[in-house]
Amino acid sequence: MSSFLPSWIRTMFRVFWAMPLVTKLCTFWLTTIILAAIFADFIPKLADPSYQGFLFGTDVTNDGQSLHHWLGTDNNSRDILSRLIYGTRVSLTVAVTAVAFGTFFGGLLGSFVGYVRGRREAAIMASIDVILAFPALVLLLTVVTLLGKRNLLVISLVVGVLAIPYYARVSRANALAVSRREFVAAARAIGTKDRTILWREVIPNVMPTVLAFALVSAAVTVVLEGTLAFLGLSVQPPTPSWGVMINAARADLRINIWPVIWPSLMLVFTVYSLNNVGDWFRIRTAHKTAAL
Amino acid sequence: MLAARLVRLVATILVVSFVTFMMVNLLPGDPINALVPPEAQNNQEFVEQLREEFGLNDPMMVRYANWLGDAVTGDLGKSVITSQPVAGEIWRRLPITAELALVAIGFSLFIAIPLGTLSAYKQGKRVDQSISAAAQVSLSIPNFVLGLLLIYVFAMRLQWLPATGWTRLTESVSGNIKSVILPALSLALAEVAVYTRVVRSDMISTLQEDYILSARAKGLKDRFILFRHALRPSSLTLITVVGLNVGALIGGTVVIETLFAIPGLGKRLLDAVFQRDFLMIQGITVFVAVVYVTINTLVDIIYMLVDPRIRKKV
Repeated sequence: MSSFLPSWIRTMFRVFWAMPLVTKLCTFWLTTIILAAIFADFIPKLADPSYQGFLFGTDVTNDGQSLHHWLGTDNNSRDILSRLIYGTRVSLTVAVTAVAFGTFFGGLLGSFVGYVRGRREAAIMASIDVILAFPALVLLLTVVTLLGKRNLLVISLVVGVLAIPYYARVSRANALAVSRREFVAAARAIGTKDRTILWREVIPNVMPTVLAFALVSAAVTVVLEGTLAFLGLSVQPPTPSWGVMINAARADLRINIWPVIWPSLMLVFTVYSLNNVGDWFRIRTAHKTAAL
Repeated sequence: MLAARLVRLVATILVVSFVTFMMVNLLPGDPINALVPPEAQNNQEFVEQLREEFGLNDPMMVRYANWLGDAVTGDLGKSVITSQPVAGEIWRRLPITAELALVAIGFSLFIAIPLGTLSAYKQGKRVDQSISAAAQVSLSIPNFVLGLLLIYVFAMRLQWLPATGWTRLTESVSGNIKSVILPALSLALAEVAVYTRVVRSDMISTLQEDYILSARAKGLKDRFILFRHALRPSSLTLITVVGLNVGALIGGTVVIETLFAIPGLGKRLLDAVFQRDFLMIQGITVFVAVVYVTINTLVDIIYMLVDPRIRKKV
């Protein structure tokens, strides 16, 4: 039966079945929130995340769980479940942008300098060390403030650009190791051009490790966005984000802790899942590389 | 060797200060806008006068040189909002943040070293697996989420500790201890996870050394071997990781000081951020980066002093 499916889907299933139970659950959770974020507008009967029913006498603020609001309402009587689902978009957009920027620019840059070595490597790594000399959150705060505008695009771009040095460092370390392997020496011995070696031999062997790092770094990014939002420096209201929700609800912590608990759980589950799946891939690629 | 390390440190500090200065001054958003009250925005003469006063009309390199010259003598300029000297603000608030960070490091080492050691001793057993699982979970809890939960449980429900605010050590020792516990715990949890892993993996490789075997053969108690023979050689990576983690810790204090309303450096930075107080942002950011870079250099030097093998190799 399985032969009817395209091979990449079969590979995905094989990888999935090889995972331990917890990692399977984590993958399932990540898939669920990604789908929920993409199709949020099409979920039937999902409340408008900004609808403040108490203004029209239809809902109560800080309401508990009910059939109408599965996770209750926040201190503006908005539906918490709906805000969680729409908030997923913010976290995932920032994470995906950071991963894309990091993998593409950081991964290529690191592979390049790790392979060519010499003066170019020294210069690029020195400038990367300068950026890494700043505590990440402090640098992020400063840049976000100075840019003034705080919408999803700006936040994603800033986090994305700041992710590049971290990826560059990881991929350089791996490129250094890969460049010392026999197959690179062999390619060089038969007169392959450096550029070809870089694209055919080095980068394909560096990328698996970079991608495993990408999952773990996505977890860091989700926390960073949550932190910025918590400080009031990420996307601005009315756009829902988990950090914004926690920040808004903490004023009423004493009366109603649930509006803090739900977005916190979303953050913790998502970060845990990314870490767990990332760790699993890292161990797996480490075994594969060792066997190379 | 030491001299080379110090020269590199000074060079890094210069570059870091230059980058911060450029960042604050080149990014869009004229700093003058923060100074001029909205009703005076159209008063060109007044705006010009202010620009002149803050030296905003000079070329960038001249301004950097002036700023750096003053900074070396301990003058980081004045806050454009409150006109307090930036350096004075940093000195006043540094002890609070330093205490918070040190207590957090203390808490995390106090928990992580025994856990990591136990984990290595029982490698692969159920205890080890539970500790690893717990570490992975605690790495996934953002510090502000943990802080809020701690406030809810220990300050609001049980009312054992204050939810917010800070009592200085000079005012009341017990008050100070009470106000540092919850914020330090919130900062410590993620560090505990990292340090436990480091101690575990270093300890596992130390325990395979021959001298551990001979200590065992002598009939020494396991506990004695673990903490007296194995811990010291296993703590080298730990020192480095603690140093590297200071960066994350400083970032963490911004969040935790805001959450617990602690008048430290991080809270001041965030206030400056909201007021677009550019000299204050610049001063604190440079100061923090310099502290971070210096700590890492110190860690490298300590590392060399502790382990003679590295001294020879480098």
